Amino acid sequence: MSALDHLPILVVLIPLLTAVICPLFQNGRTAWKLALGAAWSSFAIACMLLHQVLNSGTVRYQLGGWEPPWGIEYRIDVLGGFVLLIVTSIAALVLSYARRSVEDEIRPGRISFFYAAFLLAFSGLAGITVTGDAFNLFVFLEISSLSSYALISAGRDRRSLNAAFQYLIMGSIGATFILIGIGFLYMMTGTLNMDDLAVRLPEVADTRTVRAGFAFLTVGFGLKLALFPLHLWLPNAYAYAPSVVTAFLAATATKVAVYALLRFLLGIFGVGFSLMSMPFDMILIGLGLAGILSASLVAVFQQNVKRMLAYSSVAQIGYIALGIGLASHTGISAAVMHLFNHALMKGALFMSLGAVAYRVGAMHISDFAGLGRRMPFTMAAIAIAGLSLIGIPGTAGFISKWFLVLGTLEQGWWPLAVLILLGSFLALIYVGRILEAAYFGTPKENSAVREAPLSMLIPIWILVIANVYFGLNTELTVGLATQATTDLFEALP
Amino acid sequence: MYNYFLAVFLMMAGFYVVIAQGNLVKKVIGLGMFQTSVFILYISIGKVNGGQAPILTEGVTSYSNPLPHVLMLTAIVVGVATTAVGLALVIRIHEAYGSVEEHDIQQRDNAEDALLEGEL
Repeated sequence: MSALDHLPILVVLIPLLTAVICPLFQNGRTAWKLALGAAWSSFAIACMLLHQVLNSGTVRYQLGGWEPPWGIEYRIDVLGGFVLLIVTSIAALVLSYARRSVEDEIRPGRISFFYAAFLLAFSGLAGITVTGDAFNLFVFLEISSLSSYALISAGRDRRSLNAAFQYLIMGSIGATFILIGIGFLYMMTGTLNMDDLAVRLPEVADTRTVRAGFAFLTVGFGLKLALFPLHLWLPNAYAYAPSVVTAFLAATATKVAVYALLRFLLGIFGVGFSLMSMPFDMILIGLGLAGILSASLVAVFQQNVKRMLAYSSVAQIGYIALGIGLASHTGISAAVMHLFNHALMKGALFMSLGAVAYRVGAMHISDFAGLGRRMPFTMAAIAIAGLSLIGIPGTAGFISKWFLVLGTLEQGWWPLAVLILLGSFLALIYVGRILEAAYFGTPKENSAVREAPLSMLIPIWILVIANVYFGLNTELTVGLATQATTDLFEALP
Repeated sequence: MYNYFLAVFLMMAGFYVVIAQGNLVKKVIGLGMFQTSVFILYISIGKVNGGQAPILTEGVTSYSNPLPHVLMLTAIVVGVATTAVGLALVIRIHEAYGSVEEHDIQQRDNAEDALLEGEL
């Protein structure tokens, strides 16, 4: 076997091993270079994998040469490859941006450990997308969660500690629920391989054990992806974590949880069971709408800008849940597209906020007054990414919302479409508040705030340009998302 | 069969402790109980009536399923790591706030907020 055959494991292994090496270097700069190298090589591998999947179908890899279903199998299909691409690209960009922000926010002696934890979280998230084994998924989930608790607690504000603890409690409960759910499935089928589970489940689907397992799994993933009303850990965790961590987690962690939910709902249980014979579609639509409207409303009244955008993340998860709940091809494609687009816009927004934190040092909305003139490039980035968040035509956010509205109209549920637009309107208000302060507010006197350094601006602007590019050229995202959805539907018996 | 009831009892007791206790250390303990109950659940799954330990010995034909047990080894490691991170956070919280009671921490944060609002 050549090295090319080992790509599915390498994408996880490279960051995992680099994470072990990082703390050996006292010098934070060296650790950063190592982490950066690991992230970019993972990104390159993810591109190659996605290319391979598109050309020659699902990539399978047997861990240690043990044949499935006995051994652990890594399996990458279009959906997995797509989400893997999101995770690795965001990690690579965030790490390119991270150096100055981390030197500013983390104590010097801790920087190597910070990068180690970052890489662990990254390898866990990448692992979830490539694995084809239910228990392996749980292990990767815990690797990423445990390291993200540590990352969040590294924030400067002491509240970050409490936020991390809350997240730890809720996240562990969620993960344990997932473990119970997997246990129930194993009880009925005797297998942990996802393909095998999908084959054997229909025979026993009509039992209480499988239904209980389904319930545990959905609640567990609901906690992880911050589905309303299980989102309570998210706003504080994102608001008080270091800027780099917020940008990375906001753009990837919840996305990967959505991927895992999709994998179980559609790949293992099948649409027929999870969204039709169980009333989960209606639950998802209801909770999604409640999430969109309530979280957007709360966001409008936030004074801390980072917290405002954290609530907006809860709302965006609502859109994704709504798309899945539609249970149609268009709806689920819209959800998959929104995964990608939301990662682009929230990555750009939180990275820009990190640049503001670097120059200004505070996140209150009044601190943004007049920044439009002092930091023109950062604020322009916030403006464009904000427009994408609202869903203005010509930006990436518009595409996924368009498909979502199409999905609701397809089923004749036009009141839903109206409510989705209402959510966009609320987004307009809270993004508008930031921009109003930045462009029309009077700057505080004697402040010597300058534009953010280039090393931060370039990664931010790559994401901003991606926001516009994928708003105009929709071939890649729409094509991949529809193909991923088609695969999910076709794989079903 | 009774061990399933035991697992459910432990699970609910642990869950209750996590929700009802305001003391962060007790919350971590409750979380530990909650996770341990799942270990018992899994280990019960693997048991085969009359089955022996899965080691090749002469005269033994019925074995318990070792796979759930092995899975639980991993889950125990995860549980230990969770408890360790949780307790480490509690220590840091105690250093920063001087208390491990949720109520006190909330009050101190609120007081800080009120102070900030006053300044603005």
